[in-house]
Amino acid sequence: MVNITINGNAIQVPSGTTVLRAAEQAGITIPTLCDHPDLHPFGGCRLCVVEVQGARLPMASCTLPVNEGMVVTTESPALTKSRRTILELLMSNYYDSGYKDGQKETTQFMRWVKHYGISVKKAQAPAPRYPVNSDPNPVIWVDMNKCILCTRCVRACAEIQGRFVWSQGGRGFNTRIVAGAETTMLEARCETCGACVAFCPTGALDNRLSMGAGKPSTVVTTTCAYCGVGCQIDLNVKDNHIIRVTSNPDASVNGMAMCVKGRYGYDYVHHPERLSKPQVRRYLLKGEPKPKASAGANPGENSDPLWDWVETDWDTALRITAEKIAQARDQHGADSVGVLTSAKCTNEVNYLMNKFTRQVVGTNNIDHCARL
Amino acid sequence: MAGLATSFGSGAMSNSMDDVAENAASMLIIGSNTTEQHPVFGARIRQAVLRRGMKLVVADPRAIDITEFATLHLRQKSGSDIALLNGLMYIILEKGWEDKEFIQTRTEGFEDFKATVMQYPPEKAAEITGIPVAKLYEAAEILATNKPMAVVWAMGITQHIVGVRNVMDLANLQMLLGNMGVPGGGVNPLRGQNNVQGACDMGGLPNVYPGYQAVPLEAVRQKFEAAWGVPLSPQVGMVLTEMMPAAGEGKIKALYIVGENPVMSDPDSNHIRHCLQSCDFLVLQEIFPSETAAYADVLLAGVSFAETTGTFTNTERRVQMVHQAISPQGEAREDWQITAELAKRILEIGERKVAAAPLSGWEYANTAQIMAEVAAVTPSYAGVSHERLERGDHLQWPVKDASHPGTPILHVGQFSRGVGKFMPIEYVSPPELPNDEYPMILNTGRVLYHWHGGEMTRRASGLMEIYGQALIEVNPDDAVHMGLDNTARVRVTSRRGSIEAEAWVTDRVPPGMVYANFHFPEASANELTIAALDPTCKIPGYKVCAVKVEVV
Repeated sequence: MVNITINGNAIQVPSGTTVLRAAEQAGITIPTLCDHPDLHPFGGCRLCVVEVQGARLPMASCTLPVNEGMVVTTESPALTKSRRTILELLMSNYYDSGYKDGQKETTQFMRWVKHYGISVKKAQAPAPRYPVNSDPNPVIWVDMNKCILCTRCVRACAEIQGRFVWSQGGRGFNTRIVAGAETTMLEARCETCGACVAFCPTGALDNRLSMGAGKPSTVVTTTCAYCGVGCQIDLNVKDNHIIRVTSNPDASVNGMAMCVKGRYGYDYVHHPERLSKPQVRRYLLKGEPKPKASAGANPGENSDPLWDWVETDWDTALRITAEKIAQARDQHGADSVGVLTSAKCTNEVNYLMNKFTRQVVGTNNIDHCARL
Repeated sequence: MAGLATSFGSGAMSNSMDDVAENAASMLIIGSNTTEQHPVFGARIRQAVLRRGMKLVVADPRAIDITEFATLHLRQKSGSDIALLNGLMYIILEKGWEDKEFIQTRTEGFEDFKATVMQYPPEKAAEITGIPVAKLYEAAEILATNKPMAVVWAMGITQHIVGVRNVMDLANLQMLLGNMGVPGGGVNPLRGQNNVQGACDMGGLPNVYPGYQAVPLEAVRQKFEAAWGVPLSPQVGMVLTEMMPAAGEGKIKALYIVGENPVMSDPDSNHIRHCLQSCDFLVLQEIFPSETAAYADVLLAGVSFAETTGTFTNTERRVQMVHQAISPQGEAREDWQITAELAKRILEIGERKVAAAPLSGWEYANTAQIMAEVAAVTPSYAGVSHERLERGDHLQWPVKDASHPGTPILHVGQFSRGVGKFMPIEYVSPPELPNDEYPMILNTGRVLYHWHGGEMTRRASGLMEIYGQALIEVNPDDAVHMGLDNTARVRVTSRRGSIEAEAWVTDRVPPGMVYANFHFPEASANELTIAALDPTCKIPGYKVCAVKVEVV
């Protein structure tokens, strides 16, 4: 363990810890942009500079390992001044075209800009340097006018997803983040997992499906319904609609990582084809026998009006279903009833389906698509 | 899962995803397209290779994405996995790389097993699998000398008529190398659906009650009869792939289907349509009018995961909360409420009556109460409750009581059945091999951007923009022979049906193989697949059937 002092607080941390992480553990916030705890330190933005006793110049705390007896100051008039200068320099290359973004809340960059009292209008670039919405990716919005070259997208793609889509192209003032050899994201073999969006601190990378959606009224942590990995995800909800899905940094299985389906495959929930009421075939309401489809014909194409769907209330649909299942069981035996439960439904639903089959019907004819 | 139950006494992923990603020195991925089907775990495996230099052997006929990160890619012929594994184990024994102490102290049946493996010298394995002898030696050395080694597989191993035997042979490999019950090792089947593990755990199977308590066991039946207040059937029920033909033959009169789409996800779709049509009464509880809805008599409007509260159990046996984020759409109802209401009504009007018993009722105020009932009758979930999960406890079953921390690694020190059982496994050729009329092999599966029968992802606008139609993968050599350019459409025909779709000319597939998915009803691979079943677990052999391919 190494003993250091930050802002007069004595702190003990394991050797190899950076000053930034040590400060975090002590509950001290140092402004950052290019840093993220899940990514390798980069030391690019310099916003996290601190004063170290005995050092001639302020030092970037994100790449500075602790030393025994180190005395660190994270706030001072001189540091405030240099941070403001850094933010003004970053702002001089930043341009906000004024569209409504797809972020969950104000970006990390804008929070620090406001915190240090910088006027966006005065400080930002006089004109955009790049086209807004410059990549055709269907779910990821790209506006490089908002990029501050922090490279969190580059590192997220490499260190989380292992896909290496993003890198830096050009030199000096022309340095910019490019996909592949300056091609589109999908051409550069992007898997559209959205990690770069989740890590971007400025909104240069954004959720296209959420543009203009605004702030959520609630954010609910739940478990993704696609594959068996079981990622924890945050559903952002407004007016009973999911407006975006965001990473939950505390997710036990997946951390900030997600796949394209988990992050962007949610709008089926609100699809107009959703069944919103129970439906029964007309013959059941009329008490007629089931119309026989001609051999081999698709019942979906059966034109007999008795086979039409009729929307009904729950009481009617449940009454008919209960009668039909009870009738099959009472007349033909419990084993004439089969139940397919669902690998998409919760454990609680599956337990009830098992109880329904065995206790209510009295058969063990229950299965689901485990094999398929 | 039947294979692991035979070898170890418990059929589930033995280790955790985080554990193998952090601790495995080497890994064998066989029959899992991990980066497309379990993408977040696939990304973890890439990082294990990049950051720690984990040695990765991928055995797959296709050059799937994860092969880019492989130390070695073995491109075995479809359906030749047993010959491959036996060949590798022959080499391990020949070189003396087996874990003699583990075999001695923790297993039985080694001599019989060894006698079988000795029938598979590398030359013979090479002939059956098409993998050169030198590569077999290379693979065996990587896997046997970089320990712990984790085996990861998915449906590419199980969806064969020899699926159960494939799994038992993988269990053999891990016992031979002593990779069971240790961090970074184990047998790691990746479950496909989000809650397929939970559906199995909860007794959604014809032969077991919740927690894999066997239907034929008298003591188990008496326990549930006492809990539920009614005599229960001692007869093991029908599996899905038997239920469908039974409906076709009129033996099944009524089907209650919740959140499944057999027309898309079962093999030989034409036959499934006929079976569903023959059923007297089909009630489907769903969120969309799926392809199966055309055959239903009643549609009950259920909810998506965002509209309900409960738990899912992931592939590593981890029970996690699902929280309701929005209210049910329209007049849809939460599925647990629908099932409970149906149960009450049938018990009221039918002839079968239930006596008063501790858990006989159907009055639940919320799903936490249902989980409490699960815990009361299921030893492996005895310590699971919504309260603990909300408090932040990480629970991987078995969770033996309310203070038990759960079990991240199975089989530590002892197998569920006591000692592990080596099973002698012989290679059997696939049921339908190419001939003059159907000269190519069809392999089937899913793609990154879609999910299963596509009910959800075909209604997700962003995913459809990226991958909006079925594509059939064709090898460039075959494309040249057929006179196929990259944009042409092809017709793929098997003995059971025919589909047409755009071709994707790519060396992901080897010559002689085409690959199709089942996400799109207009070109679903399951129009072509064969309903030949594994004799033990009744899984269909989706991964191999013979087809002919023509340019349209």
